[in-house]
Amino acid sequence: MILSRRSLLGGVAALAASPARAADYAITPEPIGQGVWLVRGADEPIEAGNGGAIANIAIIATPAGTVLWDCGPSVRYARALRRVAEQLTGKPVVRVYVSHLHPDHGLGLAAFDPAIVAALPGTIDALRAQGQGYADGMYRLLGDWMRGTDLLLPGRAITASEEDFGGRTLRLLALSGHSAADLALLDPQTGLLLGGDLVFHDRAPSTPTADLVPWRASLDRLKAMPHGGVVPGHGPFDPGGTAAIDQTRGWIDWLEAALTQAVRDGLDMVEAGEIAIPARFATMAAARYELQRSVSHLYPGLEAKLLPRVDVP
Amino acid sequence: MLQRQASLWVALALVLAAADARATAPADPLGSPMWAAHARTLFGDDPVRFDPRVKVDFPMIAENQRAFPVAIDARAIPGVIRIVILVDLNPIPIAIDYRPLHAAPYVATRIKLDQRTPVRGAVQLASGAWLVSGGWIDAAGGGCSAPPVSRVKGDWAEHLGEIRGEAWPLPGGLARVRLNFRHPMDTGLVDNIATYHLEALSVKDSGGRTLGEMDIWAAVAEDPAITLMVEDGAGEGLAVEARDSNGRDYRATLPMARQSPMPGGR
Repeated sequence: MILSRRSLLGGVAALAASPARAADYAITPEPIGQGVWLVRGADEPIEAGNGGAIANIAIIATPAGTVLWDCGPSVRYARALRRVAEQLTGKPVVRVYVSHLHPDHGLGLAAFDPAIVAALPGTIDALRAQGQGYADGMYRLLGDWMRGTDLLLPGRAITASEEDFGGRTLRLLALSGHSAADLALLDPQTGLLLGGDLVFHDRAPSTPTADLVPWRASLDRLKAMPHGGVVPGHGPFDPGGTAAIDQTRGWIDWLEAALTQAVRDGLDMVEAGEIAIPARFATMAAARYELQRSVSHLYPGLEAKLLPRVDVP
Repeated sequence: MLQRQASLWVALALVLAAADARATAPADPLGSPMWAAHARTLFGDDPVRFDPRVKVDFPMIAENQRAFPVAIDARAIPGVIRIVILVDLNPIPIAIDYRPLHAAPYVATRIKLDQRTPVRGAVQLASGAWLVSGGWIDAAGGGCSAPPVSRVKGDWAEHLGEIRGEAWPLPGGLARVRLNFRHPMDTGLVDNIATYHLEALSVKDSGGRTLGEMDIWAAVAEDPAITLMVEDGAGEGLAVEARDSNGRDYRATLPMARQSPMPGGR
């Protein structure tokens, strides 16, 4: 084979595009309201091809500076996000909210001064206990994308129900269910509700730390609260404000009922991960993948509840 | 299509077997570095071939490397006398060695994964020949070398001996049996915790006839969950006997569910 200059150039271009080489993250904010932008995550599992950038991030411009809603999976992502956000608003980042403990939303906080990073007390505790394990998992899956990302803890525990940024006041809601501590944010100026991972949209919800009873209560509260459009933790913006909440509720209700029936029917975990997914969830990305993960999370607990004791002395 | 593929495999395996009269194991389609060594230990001089009729089924992601669900279904193959679950790159490579005496050649359980590895089902026929299939699964490390949850919580001894289960009648005179034991299943690879695991299990009918029996290793996940399909006999319930590596005995009786609600009669 004779290497022409063209094929060499092609090879170089292919290398640059190769995800394993950790090309830079593409941060493309879309305006969704006055002074609010959404940076969409890929509606996929965390994998080398997307650098772990699967969570939705929001940028809010305030008179006091730029506020970030979650900051992505890695220091590299968070630095790129800050650069783009500060160019967009013309003001430095003064606050980073970490919505919950999962690494696709908050591990990038290491790119900021912890004093400006705020999370619920339960999130900080959970990160202290489990953060290193999550970080290890992300390095294993993403390799070079994660370089330089150390586990840092948010420096501010959120105890107030609102925070004012030079006249733009943001309401903070301490909820739970997707994890033990889930933050949601309402921007009264635009009516936008940032749901974190309490709300998914056309992307199947994940349940590694879920408790379905408080999750339902949190969804009820979000739905009942007057609001405009909803930014889900994953999946497209929901301008109507109810579809994403209803769909998330529909999925977790189906999931629990279907897995309960699977245990009653004598299915093994492998089979439970292969049950039919109803047609109404056909628009959901990663549905089979998340179902199989949820079987791993929820099935042993359901078996312990539903299968009768049969041991004899 | 599947059949054609199967016969192609069989033909290929026959050619490979004929090429070496000493019955060396055929080349591994999964390219595992441990295949030759495991094949020598497990199969000895018995003929071995790869056969996709051995259905090795598991999820697309190892969400929990301490408890990865695996089902081996060899019901498409007549005359199976033994099923082995083999995990090439585990420090404890064999999870279960099952003899379905009066049972369908099917077993499902959850296993530990210590790293990315092939997971295989090997079934033996009465002739002595082995049929093998399987696939790779990626996994985070440490499934065999992290302490069990109940050791960390410290409550394992309080629940030792608890068994949950149920039996459902299936078409064809079979019963589906599900059994969940509480047991730490210590691998011996965690500091200061000696090997301690369930090591034998049998299921008998009401007349005392053994329907299926297995040897179990610590590669099976903590709190072992096992699914089998055994002959239903008189339908008067089943008896389960098990023993762990400290000699503790476990017994359970399984009443038969009145009807099978199982969709599709799996």
